Amino acid sequence: MTNNLKLMQGNEACVEGAIAAGMKFYAGYPITPSTEIAEICSERLPVVGGKFIQMEDEIAGMAAVIGASLTGQKSMTATSGPGFSLKQENIGYASYAEIPCVIVNVQRGGPSTGQPTSPSQGDVMQARWGTHGDHPIIAICPSSVRETFDLTIRAFNLSEKYRIPVILLMDEVVGHMREKVELPNITDIEIIDRKRPNCESDEYLPYSAEADLVPLMADFGTGYKYHVTGLAHDETGFPSNSYEVADKLIRRLMNKIEVHKDDIITWEEENIDDADVLIIAFGGVARSAKSAIKQLRDKGIKVGLFRPITIWPFPEKRLRELADKVKTMIVVEMNLGQLILEVQRICNNIIEIDSVNKVNGEIIYPEEIVDKVLEVI
Amino acid sequence: MPSSLIESYFRSENLPQIWCPGCGHGIITRAIAAAIDKSGLDRDKVCIVSGIGCSSRAPGYLDFNTLHTTHGRALAFATGIKLANPELKVIVITGDGDCTAIGGNHLIHACRRNIGLTTIVYNNNIYGMTGGQYSPTTPKFDKGTTAPYGNIDKAFDICNLAASAGATYVGRGTSYHANLLISLVLNALKNDGFSLIEAISGCPTYYGRKNKKGSAVNMLEWQKDHAVNISSASKMAPEMLEDKFLIGELKNSPEPEYASEYQKIIDKVKKER
Repeated sequence: MTNNLKLMQGNEACVEGAIAAGMKFYAGYPITPSTEIAEICSERLPVVGGKFIQMEDEIAGMAAVIGASLTGQKSMTATSGPGFSLKQENIGYASYAEIPCVIVNVQRGGPSTGQPTSPSQGDVMQARWGTHGDHPIIAICPSSVRETFDLTIRAFNLSEKYRIPVILLMDEVVGHMREKVELPNITDIEIIDRKRPNCESDEYLPYSAEADLVPLMADFGTGYKYHVTGLAHDETGFPSNSYEVADKLIRRLMNKIEVHKDDIITWEEENIDDADVLIIAFGGVARSAKSAIKQLRDKGIKVGLFRPITIWPFPEKRLRELADKVKTMIVVEMNLGQLILEVQRICNNIIEIDSVNKVNGEIIYPEEIVDKVLEVI
Repeated sequence: MPSSLIESYFRSENLPQIWCPGCGHGIITRAIAAAIDKSGLDRDKVCIVSGIGCSSRAPGYLDFNTLHTTHGRALAFATGIKLANPELKVIVITGDGDCTAIGGNHLIHACRRNIGLTTIVYNNNIYGMTGGQYSPTTPKFDKGTTAPYGNIDKAFDICNLAASAGATYVGRGTSYHANLLISLVLNALKNDGFSLIEAISGCPTYYGRKNKKGSAVNMLEWQKDHAVNISSASKMAPEMLEDKFLIGELKNSPEPEYASEYQKIIDKVKKER
């Protein structure tokens, strides 16, 4: 077991998780604070027979990842702030054309060039609605190095299972933090691959969904000659001008995630049972929240933590249950109030919701959360 | 009745195509199919990738693995396909706006890497799909819907651009010189590295109408009268070449291809471990 014990950085754990998940292709562009992911991929991928390419820009990195995925290779890119903005058009393409891929965004201070080396959680809404048009997306947020490893694998599994781009929404705290981690044995890890057709090539309908609303996906070059487009398309994959076809497609894509929410959504709870105050925090900030809760519990204050791991789709059902149990909620996030909008929507004025926010590039310290709790109780 | 070439390589259920009457794009697309036919390539291993615009609709009509991507990004998507699976023969169909304006950065870097992509740029000197705006290849002082007083931008020479950026096979043909185009595309397909063929096309609907170039036939005649094969150009006096453009094979200097260079890294790293 000692072989699996390592001192590891979050960004490094992301690459190890990706390789464990079967990543064979990485394309990207250097950007702080995600650069280590590209650097480590460039070293590790050839060793496992995979390919790394540094593209001419962020847009090209996203495009190459989609191209590689069409050949059947599990593919990933990583970026931060400005790069995430640049990738958005092609993320929408992957969502609409149902090309599995993983996009890592190690969030940094924004907007614009902002604070490149400082932590932030300012991309919560961009992760959901960054590309134009209604579209499905999954975004998951790790809060430790080991969880980064696990969630990178999960990001690949979800992307393959539902043919959807999955955003691993990290932050600079988790990306650059080093922790002692014990990695699981490779044989104990569940790996999911996209479902491929085995019908005759002339019977293959590339965008005809199975019962789970996900179509089977053929690799380019395996005899199923089919068409992929970012235009509205019918089950054959060819463009269509029909209103009915466009409507049916977008509704299926949204439903594809909606009906599988229970499979997709995960969260963590701590000290919930007797809690009067519920702190909602995710990613690196959840660590400060845990420390604050410990301090408050020592004082006898009944505080609990709700940490969404999947932030899109949000663990709506569970949060609504908790809204009936606790007296007040505090949403703690490194932005001026993004996830709180979702929390307010779900709780719909049935409970008081307060917040702790910070956008100066500093982390949120446990004491700041403690002070807020003492203020509201 | 469609020819056997059309029946064999086109998705006839998707025809007729969307291009305007008199557009040169159909001739160029047929030339690509004819070159693939002559090449003897396994069609299951051929991928055709395009961006956005009139020319980029071509892959939808061709019976291969086809990918219609986002505006300007065809070469970047194609780079991912080629590097991930070098067994595939990847052809990129793009236009003057798609390839040299919004996609210009991808073009020079695909050339520089010498990655094994065969790129055919349908150059009709205008943004056709959006209704006739000037492009990076609209000749200086010509008109477009966004250049009502004449375009003051200098035009790109796509072939010179590609050759200087590192493409290892470069040629130019026209929709009039269809047989030349077939042989150029065929030679480009034989080059392991990055190839670019500029195919001069005519847009009678927008570029022609805005600039009083006459009918589609007149525009084809213009191509015939103004194209000079590079093999004859060396024998002509400079003043005779003044309003002419060169066609034929402009560069053929093979170099190691990117994906095979990467494979050498994989082999080396695995051997050392």
